[in-house]
Amino acid sequence: MNAATTSAGPVTAAVRKDYVLQLADTSLILGQRLGEWVGHAPAIEEDLGLANTALDLVGQARMLLTYAGELEGEGRDEDQLAFLREERDFRNLALVEQPNRDFGHTIVRQVLVDAYQLELYERLQHSTDARLAAIAAKALKETRYHLRYSGSWLVRLGDGTAESHARVQDALERLWPFTRELFEELEADRALSAAGIAPELAVVAVAWRARLDPLFAEATLNRPKDAPFRWFGRRGVHSEHLGYILADMQYMQRTHPGAQW
Amino acid sequence: MSASQNWPLYEIFIRARGGLDHKHVGSLHAVDARMALEHARDVYTRRQEGVSIWAVRSTDIHASDPGESDSLFEPARDKVYRHPTFYDIPDAVKTL
Repeated sequence: MNAATTSAGPVTAAVRKDYVLQLADTSLILGQRLGEWVGHAPAIEEDLGLANTALDLVGQARMLLTYAGELEGEGRDEDQLAFLREERDFRNLALVEQPNRDFGHTIVRQVLVDAYQLELYERLQHSTDARLAAIAAKALKETRYHLRYSGSWLVRLGDGTAESHARVQDALERLWPFTRELFEELEADRALSAAGIAPELAVVAVAWRARLDPLFAEATLNRPKDAPFRWFGRRGVHSEHLGYILADMQYMQRTHPGAQW
Repeated sequence: MSASQNWPLYEIFIRARGGLDHKHVGSLHAVDARMALEHARDVYTRRQEGVSIWAVRSTDIHASDPGESDSLFEPARDKVYRHPTFYDIPDAVKTL
């Protein structure tokens, strides 16, 4: 029996493409956000650290967008998908489009996403989709370092001064509602996990919490209560911030279509 | 001005490949050893320069006094017999 056709529904190329786009856009938009720190980080060493992570994320997005373009089969390449799609067509988590605010806020957002991508890629490297498995295996090594970096900052700031503690706790309260979306299972998610393409989100959720809780404890932070979710970036429903990011990111290609350098 | 000016300085040593020794590549600011290693990774190994990093607090490095160079190093100048160039090395020995 074909594993891709189960009671959860068939995994069409369109479903697969949409899933790959979710992964791609989450990395792309977070990479763009982190890039905003270049030249503004508290120390030149952090400037480079954040830029390295940003470049890793853009690199992941490039591989994933290329694959999404092939699944789509309409001849669109990574650049066309990154620079010529509109807001509603972006499938990134609403969490990653949230503004940088201060360094602590950026670190909290990063920890939440790093831990998520780590647990996701750990499982995706065994995906029945060989292409996705290969991309995940490469991204996994990068992501382990991302969490090492963001996690050690989280502990330093959370268990630092009264001021730094208050700022990262506040950031956690602000960002926590956006994490609800990470594990909200859509019909497509059930089909994808039934086919062994993607992990079950409930399993990822447990692992994510198990990874974060000791970090929060070490950083003396309180995990906020779960709130009803308000955004659903994976469905293309974004907060007001994504449009501004795209304006920045896509300006050059839209003003000078096809420009290369 | 910048936060890093209050952070201690670390000297960074990188091993380029297995079997080679760690070489001094520069210095950077960090609050502790762990951060020094992370910064070193981000600053000095982003073009595949290394496979191993050492970080040492700059204040833990003791340097010889340039003013004492005469008494420290000059006396070795006329002692060429300390160079092992007066020995015949058998052809079979490749690694000297």
